[in-house]
Amino acid sequence: MYAVRLWSVRHSRLMERSYQLLEASLIAIAPLLARIGYPRLEKPFAWTERHLKGLLFDCQMCGQCALSSTGMSCSMNCPKNLRNGPCGGVRANGNCEVKPEMKCVWVAAWEGARHMSGGTAILEVQKPVDHSLKGSSSWLRVVREKTAPPPAAPAKPKAVAS
Amino acid sequence: MSVVCMHRSAGRLEAALRAGHFVLTAETSPPDAGAAGPVLERAGCLKGIADAVNVTDGAGARAHMSALAAAAILSHHGIEPVLQFTVRDRNRMALQGDLLGAAALGVPNILCLHGDDAKKGDQPETKPVYDIDSRELMRTARRLRDEGLLPSGRPVEPRPGIFIGAADLPVEPKAGWKPDGLLAKIDSGADFVQTQYAFDLPLLRRYLAALADHGIPDRLFILVGVGPLASAKSARWMNEHLFGVHVPEPLIERLERAADPRAEGRRICVEMLQELAEIDGVAGAHLMAPKQEQACAEAIVESGLLGRRRAA
Amino acid sequence: MTNSPLYDPGAPLPTLPGHSSDGRLERVLRSGRFAVTAELNPPDSADPREVYDRALVLSEVCDAINATDASGAHVHMSSVGICSLLTRAGYAVVMQISCRDRNRIAIQGDVLGAAAMGVANILCLTGDGVQTGDQPGAKPVFDLDSTALLETIRTMRDKRQFLSGRKIAVPPRVFIGAAANPFAPPHDYRPLHLAKKVAAGAQFIQTQYCYDVPLLRRFMDKVREQKLHEKVFILVGVGPLASARTAKWMREHVPGVHIPEAVIKRIEGAQNQKQEGKRLCIELIQEISEIEGVAGIHVMAYRQEEYVSEIITESGIMQNRQPRRPAREKIAS
Repeated sequence: MYAVRLWSVRHSRLMERSYQLLEASLIAIAPLLARIGYPRLEKPFAWTERHLKGLLFDCQMCGQCALSSTGMSCSMNCPKNLRNGPCGGVRANGNCEVKPEMKCVWVAAWEGARHMSGGTAILEVQKPVDHSLKGSSSWLRVVREKTAPPPAAPAKPKAVAS
Repeated sequence: MSVVCMHRSAGRLEAALRAGHFVLTAETSPPDAGAAGPVLERAGCLKGIADAVNVTDGAGARAHMSALAAAAILSHHGIEPVLQFTVRDRNRMALQGDLLGAAALGVPNILCLHGDDAKKGDQPETKPVYDIDSRELMRTARRLRDEGLLPSGRPVEPRPGIFIGAADLPVEPKAGWKPDGLLAKIDSGADFVQTQYAFDLPLLRRYLAALADHGIPDRLFILVGVGPLASAKSARWMNEHLFGVHVPEPLIERLERAADPRAEGRRICVEMLQELAEIDGVAGAHLMAPKQEQACAEAIVESGLLGRRRAA
Repeated sequence: MTNSPLYDPGAPLPTLPGHSSDGRLERVLRSGRFAVTAELNPPDSADPREVYDRALVLSEVCDAINATDASGAHVHMSSVGICSLLTRAGYAVVMQISCRDRNRIAIQGDVLGAAAMGVANILCLTGDGVQTGDQPGAKPVFDLDSTALLETIRTMRDKRQFLSGRKIAVPPRVFIGAAANPFAPPHDYRPLHLAKKVAAGAQFIQTQYCYDVPLLRRFMDKVREQKLHEKVFILVGVGPLASARTAKWMREHVPGVHIPEAVIKRIEGAQNQKQEGKRLCIELIQEISEIEGVAGIHVMAYRQEEYVSEIITESGIMQNRQPRRPAREKIAS
């Protein structure tokens, strides 16, 4: 909901801390999650994410959440889905070019970023959206990626006598 | 070339078809390069041999040089293109912009297609567009050509001449079958169709007879798809992976037994071309062979069909 | 024109070291000269002659001509189409690619197509929303955003590969640009957003119309603080206002255009509003050209190519072809 997502941006620091806690918790229980099986967990996780983040941020379930890099203002609510910054059409009152009744997602993002301890993340270049991930759980994907075993080191060639 | 009153474009392909010649078109894919040379390296061998050369658009859902640019390069060098438009990657605004661009760059023929699924390509993360379907695109092109209007109602002067094509797949006409798909394409503005590979000539004849029952060959130029098969293995691959394609077993056996399968494949193609030229209702042949434009050119020349033309 | 059997897009210049493209715009900028670019709004037709008529007037007064890409969401001949016509006749063009109408497959294709047609400069834009255009029902694509587009083209040029990793046989030799709007909110973030674009590959910038020089100065202060002016060439957008009414209309209807009240009052109060608008534009050009870090101007005047030519000539900006500041030597190396 619009009013709620603006509230979340105003409390971006709280959101940031809550997410860090959530991520740490999930990573801690990652072995259990792996044992249950990530494919099996996909549906319940996606459902939870959709409803919780949907309420707080109007989450669009893009599957590759970048809220920490956009000041807790979901960039998929931008009619142009801009992941890196505002377009040039922002109105003088800070509202959206395409939806004049809506505050520009990136005006909000900038405000939110300034209150976060990881506020410089907004300066990092974001990769283009992978549309094949739409609807999938971002939390699960992050846990999976962060707890994946490092790739096996290639076998070292035997030292050759010089 | 001046536009004769019932001609819809200023292109040679349309002129040849309306004059009753058996036409020969071929196909090329734009290269993975930001230069004009590679386009001509591939397709230059077709100059003066094919009546027109299709330029594929994002075939296999993979990025290549834009079809419009490749087509403009061909046109500039005296090879008449058939510009393929898929509706997978561009919305209606980009498609309309490219139609206008094509007209200005000397591209008289277009072929409107749905486009391979993005998931089949090497960038499955791409956002598929499908803002309008291929029939809507044909109607858009027809409106531009016949009324000089964009879908928004804005006029375009002068009206671009466009010869509009669609794709078709010859099928076994079961009892009660009606060519609804083709009829819909004709209604949407298709002037000609190019079919998928039709190696099974008896099936093709049955299909064409069924189309004739509905008066279709009188309303639409039908160019039948063929190609120089490279080997028995590739023929089997096509049977397995290309929907609706059936290379008959006798042809595969010929390829297997041949000392030089490639030459045999070309020979088969030449025979098919000569046979197609005799079938009623077939207005021409469309040769397709990925990255083998040279083989297609040779097959056309060997068929002797070019020599049958009256001087243009 | 040479007798080369291959497509000859108007005799490209020989390759210079340290240059990403073989075009005139990059040379002018890297040699330290103040550059001028202008915009060509394509005609509502499929007739090449109209495109050539407009381009001819502009070509005498600027270093490169922008071919817009369905700007304002109005359909015209596609940018690739216009650029092909222009390069064929030897014009230096900046092809604009907007993210609104094409997905990444089509965009990568257009980049290669542009390079094959001799386009040396590409401007990466987000694109106006479809809602105000002539087909509001069109599906907006926005598969990439302008930053991703910058990175995409840089990858194609420098890594010689598509986004998928597939190799490109002949990479596109292009000078890559982006748009910036220092005059729209959030003002504090704009210089940082610019830094992002530079990090993603932007080598030159064209801004939205500037009618508020103090605001531009504040932006340029932050730009110089980050030393961005040494990494990217900034061309500031200018354009004549025909009347106070036009100015008010633009402020209401053209997204991101900021015109201070004082400017509107000045034009309103004039005897001949059009003359005053022109005088104002020339003054702006002269003032802007003095700001440290500004590398050129980008003149936009919807379908008034003759007028653009007068303004540029009268401002004297093209005659001043001296290297302006020693700092530019750093960029030239």
